[in-house]
Amino acid sequence: MSLYLLSLLLAAGSGIPGLFLRRRGAEVAAGLMTASALAGIGAALGVLAGGPVPSLRLPALALTSPSLLVLDAIAAWFLIPVLLLAACGAWYGVRYWEDAHGHPRWVRLVFGGLTAALILLVAAAHTWLFLLAWEAMAIGAFFLVSTEDRLPETRRAAWIYLVSTHTGTLCLIGAFALLAGVAGTWDLGALPRGFASSRLGTQTFLLFMVGFGLKAGVMPIHIWLPPAHAAAPSHVSALMSGVLIKMGILGMVRLIAWVPDPPLWWGALFLGLGGVSGILGVAFALGQHDLKRLLAYHSIENIGIILLGLGLGLIGKSTSQSALAALGFAGALLHVLNHSLFKGLLFLAGGSVVHATGTRNLERMGGLAKAMPWTSAAFLTGSWAICGLPPLNGFVSEWFIYLGAFRAMAGARWPWSVGVLAALALIGALALACFAKAYGTAFLGTPRTPAAAAAHEAPRMMLLPMAVLAGACVLIGVFPMVIASALDRAIAGLGQALPASSRLAHLPLVTVLALTLALLALGLARWAWAGRRSEPVPAELPTWDCGYAEALPRAQYTASSFADGLVTGARWALFPKVHEAQVQGPFPEPARFESHVPDLVLDRVLDPAFRLGSRGLALLHVFQTGQLPVYLLYVLLTLLFLLIWMVV
Amino acid sequence: MSPDFLIALTMLTNFTLVATSRVNKAIQLAVFQGILMGLIPLAMGLGKHTHILLLALVAIAVKGGFIPYLFRRALRQVKIRREVDPYVGYTVSLMLCAAGTGLSLVLAHALPLKAGTTPTFLVPAALATLFTGFLLLVSRRTALTQVVGYLVLENGIYLFGLLLVEEMPVLVETGILLDLFVGVFVMGIVINHIHMTFDSTDTGFLAELKD
Repeated sequence: MSLYLLSLLLAAGSGIPGLFLRRRGAEVAAGLMTASALAGIGAALGVLAGGPVPSLRLPALALTSPSLLVLDAIAAWFLIPVLLLAACGAWYGVRYWEDAHGHPRWVRLVFGGLTAALILLVAAAHTWLFLLAWEAMAIGAFFLVSTEDRLPETRRAAWIYLVSTHTGTLCLIGAFALLAGVAGTWDLGALPRGFASSRLGTQTFLLFMVGFGLKAGVMPIHIWLPPAHAAAPSHVSALMSGVLIKMGILGMVRLIAWVPDPPLWWGALFLGLGGVSGILGVAFALGQHDLKRLLAYHSIENIGIILLGLGLGLIGKSTSQSALAALGFAGALLHVLNHSLFKGLLFLAGGSVVHATGTRNLERMGGLAKAMPWTSAAFLTGSWAICGLPPLNGFVSEWFIYLGAFRAMAGARWPWSVGVLAALALIGALALACFAKAYGTAFLGTPRTPAAAAAHEAPRMMLLPMAVLAGACVLIGVFPMVIASALDRAIAGLGQALPASSRLAHLPLVTVLALTLALLALGLARWAWAGRRSEPVPAELPTWDCGYAEALPRAQYTASSFADGLVTGARWALFPKVHEAQVQGPFPEPARFESHVPDLVLDRVLDPAFRLGSRGLALLHVFQTGQLPVYLLYVLLTLLFLLIWMVV
Repeated sequence: MSPDFLIALTMLTNFTLVATSRVNKAIQLAVFQGILMGLIPLAMGLGKHTHILLLALVAIAVKGGFIPYLFRRALRQVKIRREVDPYVGYTVSLMLCAAGTGLSLVLAHALPLKAGTTPTFLVPAALATLFTGFLLLVSRRTALTQVVGYLVLENGIYLFGLLLVEEMPVLVETGILLDLFVGVFVMGIVINHIHMTFDSTDTGFLAELKD
């Protein structure tokens, strides 16, 4: 426990020395964060290697329940990405968020606080501590999102985030209160058999799903996620997308662990939500021009994949198919880790691009692979992994889920899991299209603007964290056996007597496949290299422009034209907004074309609804006089009313 | 001194506070009431508990020493007019205060108290002081007199707490003191800021800040 607590303290205090140091504060903070990560990951690995489960207990009378913190295998599994991303983000932030951007000390302080809240949250075993850490995490993230509060869009993103996270917390408070009523204690732990199928159990489950789903960004209630991720500094986006939204998944996983007999419809709901989040998430990502918004929508997509895995596992648990449960849960948990690795990598690489070009708009980039080769390689690695292609880690977790779906098909009377397979395949294909678009537009071709042409490679201190994350992606992708036993310990708490998922998934086969592919790729590259060297080509020739005179860089395929076929095809779900002027006559006037894909729920449903609502609420403005005494009078009247009401 | 005498004195202070027209005098009265607050638990014979004795001493020190010091500083830094400058006239204030005191006597009679607590004047006095504090907060214009109102309000809450003082954890009581201290502190800052921004401590100017 002492290692864990040390890690917590170091993370919480990492920003404090920087307040008093005139220079090098960022390095000190990053160093402390690294120390915290080493301590915490050490503690987590100890648990995952089968060591004793450390816990912290209080004297029983203080909070009515004794357990406070329990670092079990699930907590340890989630703790690793938290600390890894926090440490990488802290080092990345040293050069990324310097004085020029404003409030670097404040950002470091809150970043440390947010990390501490996350560390506390994963191991919280007491309801109040859980809610406290949850709230601390929400507020910390709010402050980080609103760092650049001089921009109106940032303020809007921060407000949307604050409102939705508090809505979620409200649901959680309700759910935990119901739970405490049943369990008779504030300790979080196993629930009685039969509770899940009762009416109260259903209410609790739905409240939990809204509360945790809002944080995780499940599709119909994902509204805060894209604007907040776009507005936050990139290393914060990496932490938020990599681990903060996973805390919603952590909650769901905990819930699954507590319930011994989940009804079948829970799993079906998970599958439905997962399919919708996955497919629509990636479809909306296709329509984005903003690099960070695009990545944010991909987080929703990956949450969908995780939910698909959890859904398969739940169905396995309900129907006592332990192999299916093991594969589903293992896939989901492994994807939690994998997604935090490659999404962290993508956000850091994307942040370097934004840092170098000064814009988040893909249409203003281009040709960056030449100026920023390392960043480009990092982004490509992340893209490869997120598309679920071997030999990287995204493939391994999706492999588990695919295997689970196939196994479900073998065991069931009618093949419902074909839907899961189709959804996974569709998500993978669309993700590939989307990252072909993102990588191609940003890094290939020629620069579209002078700013893109003047881009420079990111400093080494920003590249190093990316290298760490990319290395982890490759390691898990090629040698998944290294995490197999840890994964099996993490899922052991989720069901009874689950078989070893690594054996079910034929992990050595994955290694063979990955190595074969890697060798093939290396061979191909060598062959191409040799071919190129044998016939010298003048280096600085433009791409052949089909004979057009003066083909400007802007005549390249844009991100929107690349994705147009798919976006128009999915018009029924995406509702893209297109403003175009008809070009008429032989000598047409200059015309503008503009297209963007607004968010379905936020911009099309909630925004108009709230606007309408606020018109009605304007009537209440008479009560807002602005006079302090009048407000105090309201308090007095309320007090009097309550007193008299109590007496009468 | 019997505790009832001190409680009666507290209620009389309420009336004087409402009727006074001078800022200085209002502050003196609030400080006087604060010291009474510190003395009441001693008069109730609770001084035998060390933590209550300590609390009473701290209350006297803060309310009788530190808060007047803060007030004097604020008065020196900010040139405040000597009048209380009420929204509601003194006579009406006095009548409202009387009505509040009457109401609190009725309410205190009807309130369902915890079994075992002896009905004393403590409850009506607490409620009356609470109302008086609110009345001052609502009806006075300058920021400084609002701080006075806040102090009186806090005294009311403190009196209510005395009812349970033997069972109430020290934590809660020190919480009240801390709250009070922070309240005065923040108000001090607010006063300075209002003064700097509007060149007056009239809280009415704050209405310009609403959307």
